[in-house]
Amino acid sequence: MNAFKELVEWLKQAITAEEQFHLGYAAESSEFVRFNHAKVRQAGQVQQASLNLKLINDGRHADLGITLAGSPEVDRQRLAEGLQQLRETLPLLPKDPYLLLNHTAWQNRSEQAQALPDLDQVLADISHGAQGLDLVGIYAAGPISHGFASSSGAFGWHQANSFNFDFSLFHANGEAVKASYAGDAWDSAAFAQRLQHAREQLEFLGRPLHALAPGQYRAYLAPAALEEIVDMLTWGGFSAQAIASKGSPLQRLYAGDQALSPLVAMSEQITASLSPAFSRDGYPRSDVTLIADGRAQGRLVNSRSAAEYGLSTNGASGDESPSALQMTAGNLAQADILKQLGTGLYISNLWYLNYSDQPAARLTGMTRFATFWVENGEIKAPVSTMRFDDSVYHLLGSQLEALTAERELRLSASTYGARNTSSSLLPGALVKRLTLTL
Amino acid sequence: MFDKHPQLKQHFAALRTRAEFFSLRYVRESGQYLSVRKNVAEPPHLSRDEGAMLTVRLNGVEAYAATHDISLAGLQAALERAEQQARRIRPHALLDLRDQPVSSDIADYLSPELDQPFPSLSDCYQLLGAESAAVPKDERLVNWEVSLGTTHVEQIYLNSAGAELRQAQRFVFPGVDVTAYDGNDSQTRTLGGSNFGQQGGFEVISRFGLVGAAPRIADEALQLLLAPNTPQGPRDLLLMPDQMILQIHESIGHPLELDRILGDERNYAGTSFVKASDFGHLQYGSNLLNVTFDPNIPEQLASYAHDDDGTPANKQFLIRNGLLLKPLGGALSQYRSGLGGVANSRASSWNRAPIDRMANLNIEAGDQSLAQLIGGIEHGILMSTNRSWSIDDARNKFQFGCEWGQLIENGELKGVVKNPNYRAISAQFWRKLSAVGDASTFKVLGTPNCGKGEPNQVIRVGHASPACVFSDVDVFGGDA
Repeated sequence: MNAFKELVEWLKQAITAEEQFHLGYAAESSEFVRFNHAKVRQAGQVQQASLNLKLINDGRHADLGITLAGSPEVDRQRLAEGLQQLRETLPLLPKDPYLLLNHTAWQNRSEQAQALPDLDQVLADISHGAQGLDLVGIYAAGPISHGFASSSGAFGWHQANSFNFDFSLFHANGEAVKASYAGDAWDSAAFAQRLQHAREQLEFLGRPLHALAPGQYRAYLAPAALEEIVDMLTWGGFSAQAIASKGSPLQRLYAGDQALSPLVAMSEQITASLSPAFSRDGYPRSDVTLIADGRAQGRLVNSRSAAEYGLSTNGASGDESPSALQMTAGNLAQADILKQLGTGLYISNLWYLNYSDQPAARLTGMTRFATFWVENGEIKAPVSTMRFDDSVYHLLGSQLEALTAERELRLSASTYGARNTSSSLLPGALVKRLTLTL
Repeated sequence: MFDKHPQLKQHFAALRTRAEFFSLRYVRESGQYLSVRKNVAEPPHLSRDEGAMLTVRLNGVEAYAATHDISLAGLQAALERAEQQARRIRPHALLDLRDQPVSSDIADYLSPELDQPFPSLSDCYQLLGAESAAVPKDERLVNWEVSLGTTHVEQIYLNSAGAELRQAQRFVFPGVDVTAYDGNDSQTRTLGGSNFGQQGGFEVISRFGLVGAAPRIADEALQLLLAPNTPQGPRDLLLMPDQMILQIHESIGHPLELDRILGDERNYAGTSFVKASDFGHLQYGSNLLNVTFDPNIPEQLASYAHDDDGTPANKQFLIRNGLLLKPLGGALSQYRSGLGGVANSRASSWNRAPIDRMANLNIEAGDQSLAQLIGGIEHGILMSTNRSWSIDDARNKFQFGCEWGQLIENGELKGVVKNPNYRAISAQFWRKLSAVGDASTFKVLGTPNCGKGEPNQVIRVGHASPACVFSDVDVFGGDA
């Protein structure tokens, strides 16, 4: 934090009276270990830190991302060069009618310095636990920091240590079960238990495959499967700009022309989540109720959309997607899932979803990892990979029978560019009819 | 250009290590993304990024450390972290690389027109603004955006065997999209965006046809809004190049990646329906199918002289006359599998290690003009511009959707249809290839957004293709 603060102080004295700035900061020191066939396939470390400088002057503004070197002198020099580049850029731009600045000097700090797992211990636990198993996956660990400061005196800092071991176990027949062990404190016994649970599921996958014809089936979507559907909706679904410009898959929900089941309630719950409680454009992030009783409520609004559409910002990110989405639980007990499903599909994961018809919220995607055929409340056999094509207004609307009472915290394992801190808290969903097409 | 080379070379020579082999890959990237949305200039997003990856091989075990600190002390510290990592993983390592050959090549590679200046930021905004203003006034046109992204990348690779490989590239990504809305349905038409990008300078924008495109794109969005849904049922399918690139990417490119076949990607990107034993034996498509790895088309996104492990890149046939010949596997995957391959070991940046990626993966032109392709179809549909893609983890069962559809009856193009989708199985689909367009239908395209790997990497890939016809494919429309 001190290195960031020093850069902020330097920048404050470097700007002129007419200039304002936002300065974002992101850093991570990450250990990555890839596994294949329960052995280490590739391993390494990544140390990176970057700034995002927004310079504002007379209604004009531009953003510059700068990778830092980790040396105070070099970093100050890079920031100075960046400031100069933006000073030369701003006069070339028109005034931005949608610039909305936050002049409050808000303060927000969150630090978690839990000791990180010892890699030797982690490798020993995985090696021991995976004996006789075909394990493949990735272990990622290390501190992640985010910061924000503005010329108005706002300051935010978010730092947390975490690990995420995202893995699959493969049966010799090619079927697989997916699992993860993530958090901030590695517990060898807890990990062994997680691995044992996955190992037990793997045994079911050794049974002969049950061939399914395209058609409509009762189905239970475990939280990881529901996460894939919800993730698709977060692609512009709740975005104020996407809703206004008719690019949202939930535009008919927000127009009041469609509704989901009254069981469905979703919110962006930043409070106590793993995500920073401030946005890159200088606003504290609020908790937002997005859907209640199956009907659209709030939307995610960043400062730009607030200015363009006359809304109040709730500190949403640049793309106005949720990063800590929660879905309200239902009343289906974990122990009753198979009984209530009766005969149908138990789907642990879905994969590679996309839209068949976006305005109709109609999605297609594949089953992947541990999908089972269930008869009279008993798992009978694994099911070969199948494609579904169905509307969210059916799956979470007219065909939704129940949501589970227990929810699962899903921590993102995404590492595009940097380790992701988003999460979701989701129940499982029992649906009366899921359409399989291929 | 390459101004960091002398300093890096000096630092590299001064590094101290007990590794039997080590390398340094330095990447500097600067980017600029400009857009005008509904006649309002969005603030520009600029970026400057640089760092280096040090890789060591210690007793046959490789490990890496990536650092943003490229001082001698920073590089030495990273090298030591990589060494430490190699020691820690040694008891658990999957691979023993003591005998794997390494590169000692010395070469430079430059994008075409790299020495030509690119239009200034003001000129770019003026161009984008003029195109945005050319969108007709129609209350059904609710959103539109004209954009231009440019990225400069310099990479310097040095290793302890003496390799010195430098490449400097400029990538250009123009795009236009327009959304029309009628109170219930919305339809978006795009040009470029995720379907187009090339290496070069301003000539890329000219080749792309950005100037004057917006009114046509807007008109097509309005046509789609008025169009009926695509009818359901089997039809002959004419795919234009801006959908062919997605078809190639998902159902030839990914399944032929050798690291997938070796199982590395099973936890994330997936596996493949292709087996190691299929090379040289599997009839992947009809005898009209000729697929090449071609790093030699100068403007294509992934043209280069060497990959990120230092392997020289040459044009290779992966599929010839429909027969599967070679996988997309770099030197390491070739060493592991004993199979042949290509120079496709690539990293998204300095902070990610090279893995098997698509690069330029193309379909060679055939002998039929577009008129002949259409004329040969009795009951069919033309589809253009990808908008939706979904395929299973073995890259077999797929469903793809396009923005634009036009029915074909008795050899003639008929009415426009919206929400054109089709689904099939890769292992069968390419055997239905019944006609291949000639050079007049061939387009050099690509995407900046191919995701894969753990940790995740998004990378630029090039695809060039003629228009192609597939017989008897299951097509269908949307709900609206």
